[in-house]
Amino acid sequence: MMKSGVDVSDLRVVRGGAEVLHDLTFSVEPGEVTGLLGPSGCGKTTLMRAIVGVQRISAGRVTVFGEPAGAASLRARIGYVTQAPSVYDDLTVEENLVFFAAVLGVPRDRVDECLRVVALEPERGRVVRALSGGQRSRVSLAVALLGEPALIVLDEPTVGLDPVLRKDLWETFHRLADEGAAVFVSSHVMDEATRCDRLILLREGRIIADDTPPGLLEKTGAEDIETAFLDLVARAAS
Amino acid sequence: MSPRVTLAVARRVLIQLRRDRRTLAMLLVLPCLIMALLWWMFQDKPSFGFGALAPALLALIPFIIMFLVTSVTTLRERTSGTLERLLAMPMGKGDFLLGYALAFGLVAAVQSALAVTLSIWALDLDVHGPVWMLLAVAVVDAVLGSALGLFVSAFARTEFQAVQFTPALVIPQILLCGLFVHRDELPPFLHGVSDVLPLSYAVDAMRKVSGDADPAVWGDLGLVAAFALAALVLGALTLRRQSE
Ligand SMILES: Nc1ncnc2c1ncn2[C@@H]1O[C@H](COP(=O)(O)OP(=O)(O)O)[C@@H](O)[C@H]1O
Ligand SMILES: [Mg+2]
Repeated sequence: MMKSGVDVSDLRVVRGGAEVLHDLTFSVEPGEVTGLLGPSGCGKTTLMRAIVGVQRISAGRVTVFGEPAGAASLRARIGYVTQAPSVYDDLTVEENLVFFAAVLGVPRDRVDECLRVVALEPERGRVVRALSGGQRSRVSLAVALLGEPALIVLDEPTVGLDPVLRKDLWETFHRLADEGAAVFVSSHVMDEATRCDRLILLREGRIIADDTPPGLLEKTGAEDIETAFLDLVARAAS
Repeated sequence: MSPRVTLAVARRVLIQLRRDRRTLAMLLVLPCLIMALLWWMFQDKPSFGFGALAPALLALIPFIIMFLVTSVTTLRERTSGTLERLLAMPMGKGDFLLGYALAFGLVAAVQSALAVTLSIWALDLDVHGPVWMLLAVAVVDAVLGSALGLFVSAFARTEFQAVQFTPALVIPQILLCGLFVHRDELPPFLHGVSDVLPLSYAVDAMRKVSGDADPAVWGDLGLVAAFALAALVLGALTLRRQSE
C-alpha cells in the first residue's frame, strides 16, 4: 500500500456555531507542492488547523501518514506556520530558534541551516520585535523547518513579502518537496497558483476544483487561474 | 515530559525576563523598598509593628508578584500563538508548567533573598528560626502564585482583564490571612474561609519561622505546596492541544 501524506474525507468543521467546512474530501501527496487557494474567510486556516490537529472537527476523518491528525507520534513530523507569526517578540531570532530546537530535540546546527534557508542570517542577533513583518514571518517559517518535517503546512507565508523573496521562498518549497516532503501552502492571491504542482480551490467552505494548474486552465478554457476561479464560481451558481 | 524541554522553557522565560530590564528591576528592588517602607512606618513605635508584620509581608510579596507576572506572560503565550505552536510540538504539558515554575521559583528565591537580607541586617528584623526556611516558604509561595496565574490566564482575553484577577484573588486573601485580625478571632464563617486559602498557611509559616527557634512549619509548608500542586494540575487542564 502506498502511504499517502494527508487524507481528508468528508471533513466537517463547525466554528462559533456556524458550519465553516462542508464535507471536504481530498488528499495531499508527498513530493508535491499543493496550493490551497480561495478568498479571505473561505476556510483555509480552519482546514489547515484540522490537518495539523489543533482544530476540533465535527465529522469526517483526517489522517496524516496513516495516523489520525493530532496523534502524538505526528507532532515531530509536522511543521506548521500559522498566518500570524507565532514566535517570541522579545527574543532574538537566534534565541527563538535555539529554544524551539531544544523543544524538538534537534541539533544546534539545524538553527544555522534554517536561518540560511529563510535568508535571515544577518538578522540572527536582532530582537524579533524590531524586525519587519516579512522578516518576522520568515522567523516563524524557520522554526517550522527545524525538525525537517515530512509535512509542511504554510498558512499564507508569502503575504507582505517582496517579489524577489517570494520567488526564493517558492523555490524553497519546491526543494523541500523534491526532498520528499508534502508541502501544503495557502494563499488568497491567485497569481501564486501557477507556482503549485497541484491546486485546491476553496470557496465558502467547499472545494470547487482540485487539479493541476494546466489541467484547470484546460478544463475551464480560461487564460489564468483567477478567471478560471470566477468561471467555476459562476458555473456553480447557475 | 523531559528535563531537556523543561529546562529549555525555564531558560527561555529567564532570557525574556532579562531582556525586560525594567520588569527585572521591579522584581528585585520593589520588595526591598516595601520592607524599608514598613520599617520606616514603625520607626517611632519600635515595640511592635515591623517585627509582627514583616514576616507576613515576606510571604505575601512573592505570591502577589509572581501571580501577576505569570498571568500576563502566559496570557501573551496564549494570544501570540506560541503556546499553540508548542502544544503542536512534542512538548509535554508538564514541561511547560514546570519550566515556568522553575524560572519564577528561581526569581522568587533571589527576590526573597534580597528582601530577607535587607530586613535582617539593615532593618533589624528578629528571626529566631533558620533563615533558609524563610526562603523555602517564599519559593513555594511564588510557585503557588505562578501556578494560579497560569491557570487564571485561561479566563482572560486581554492583559487588562488578566491584571484584574490580582485584586479579585489576592486582596481577600490578604484581608483574611491574619494580618489585620487574628484568624482565631474572625467570625466562624470567615475563619472557615481563611482555612481554605493558601496564603493563610504561608503567612502562618513565615510567622512561626521568625518567632520560634525550632519552628514546626512542615505542616504549613506542605499545605502551601499541595495548593501549588493543585494549581499546577488546574493549569494543565487549561492547556488544550485542540480548540474550536
Ligand atoms: N475562532 C473562531 N471562532 C468562530 N468562527 C471563526 C473563528 N475563526 C474563524 N472563524 C470563521 O470561520 C470561517 C473561516 O475562517 P478562516 O478559516 O480563518 O478563513 P481563511 O483562512 O480562508 O481566511 C470564517 O467565516 C470565520 O469567520
Ligand atoms: Mg486564514
